[in-house]
Amino acid sequence: MPDVSAQHVSAVEAEREQYRQKERRRSVLTSIASSLALVVLVIVVLRLSPGWPRVQESFFSPEYFALAWPQVLEGLWLNIRVLGVALVGVAVLGTALALVRMTKSAVMFPLRVIARFYTTIMRGIPMIVVLYLIGFGIPGLDLFGRIDKAVLGTIAVVMSYSAYIAEVLRAGFEDVHPSQRASARSLGLTTGQTMWHVILPQGIRKVAPALMNDFISMQKDVGLISTLGAVDAVRAAQILVAKTYNFTPYVVASLLFILMSVPFILLNDWYSERLRRREQTGGMV
Amino acid sequence: MAHEPALDTDVRFGDKVLRLDNVVKRFGANTVLDHISFEVRQHETVALLGPSGSGKSTIMKCISLLERVDDGQIWLGDTDITDPRENQDRIRARIGVVFQQFNLFSHMTVLNNVTLAARKVHGWPRKKAEEKAMGLLKRIGMDQKAREYPDRLSGGQQQRVAICRALMMEPELLLLDEITSALDPLLVGEVLEMVGELKRQGTTILMATHEMSFAHDAADRVIVLRRGKIAENGSPQEVMDHPDDPETRQFFAAYNRV
Repeated sequence: MPDVSAQHVSAVEAEREQYRQKERRRSVLTSIASSLALVVLVIVVLRLSPGWPRVQESFFSPEYFALAWPQVLEGLWLNIRVLGVALVGVAVLGTALALVRMTKSAVMFPLRVIARFYTTIMRGIPMIVVLYLIGFGIPGLDLFGRIDKAVLGTIAVVMSYSAYIAEVLRAGFEDVHPSQRASARSLGLTTGQTMWHVILPQGIRKVAPALMNDFISMQKDVGLISTLGAVDAVRAAQILVAKTYNFTPYVVASLLFILMSVPFILLNDWYSERLRRREQTGGMV
Repeated sequence: MAHEPALDTDVRFGDKVLRLDNVVKRFGANTVLDHISFEVRQHETVALLGPSGSGKSTIMKCISLLERVDDGQIWLGDTDITDPRENQDRIRARIGVVFQQFNLFSHMTVLNNVTLAARKVHGWPRKKAEEKAMGLLKRIGMDQKAREYPDRLSGGQQQRVAICRALMMEPELLLLDEITSALDPLLVGEVLEMVGELKRQGTTILMATHEMSFAHDAADRVIVLRRGKIAENGSPQEVMDHPDDPETRQFFAAYNRV
């Protein structure tokens, strides 16, 4: 924003600005008041409910919080590692699926059918079923010996999420203006070079907010590998809950998951805002 | 064919750079190009005129190998570019093309746009490509904008950079497909001025355009298309000033009224 304070403004604009300032002050006060009212309401309702002390003890107990924190945090480290590997896996497999679905050559026909079938099936199956199929089905085959549960969980997450990501990416690639492809080809770039240097970077930009949203959702779903028995943050909490009959460890796990997602949510918001500003949309409305 | 290339014996121009020989293109049952034959010679500027839907853009797309012809041949120099055995990417690299809009890659700086083909298709080192590109940009006064992204440029500047990019590898032929049609009328001038300058330098140009007065002044020859056929092919004076054909007369008269 340019600095307008130093510039001379007409009396009309000065009067308008004064009015706007008054309005702004009033809306700030209103929002503070309404927030306070809501908080008070929630506290009063909780306090008035006859079971509140029991709920507080089971879910928000400071002692159990302190007890759970280090163990759940250790479990979270597994989530973070799984997430890191899954991110790379999903990026590669998702892009590959999207590219295969966009090919037109006859040679690729069988792959195209497989990719289409895959994305359709994978988006239809509940994630938990994929986890069971991979986590218990593959070891059941007795082909590969013992495989770590976290590895199997990662494979399941990658398989499930790359189907979603592939479709998001495909939408982005197809949204790139046809002239861009024509321009690249008429410069002599091959199909592959055009994809890599022009369509891919532009398509990804177009769907970046949607991709980041899926990423945040994946971050949370990585917790589902606990169903296979891998000791991640959720599983660590579960073990503690079973031992102590207190649910506070779950709250600890949730809090850690939220903390983990905050940087990415902020990144997403920042990027969306930058895109919006670059395209100079928005204006007064 | 009813129309022999009018300037076949013209000594002002060099060898044939481009020759279309009975080119046919259909979209479904619709014949968009109906046995089109004409030539463009070295250093010549040829304007393709005609109402929307007459086939101008389709000719451009067939020549730049973005559409496949359904019959006939197109020769670039001694190469039959409609021969499927030819390497199409290599042929495309020999022709410079500029479209109506969205030419420049929006995620690359001006400089990267201009140097992309040199680096990726012709394997030039970045330094060599950038030196040449900066030279070209300097000539159109755009060297200051080399590190900018295309969305920071005006429409006219974008088109001029696109022309620079098309010229980077010194193509045998420059195809300009209605490059001023999407521009603010005030920006048309700077783009046409650049085209005029290229013509004076001897660039071989085939342009589809609606800028009648520019075609009249800058083109060595104009070709009028109507319903997929060549209706006129001759010097701007012959075709535009004193057309015999009543439909051609009507076509130019409509432009003069606007």
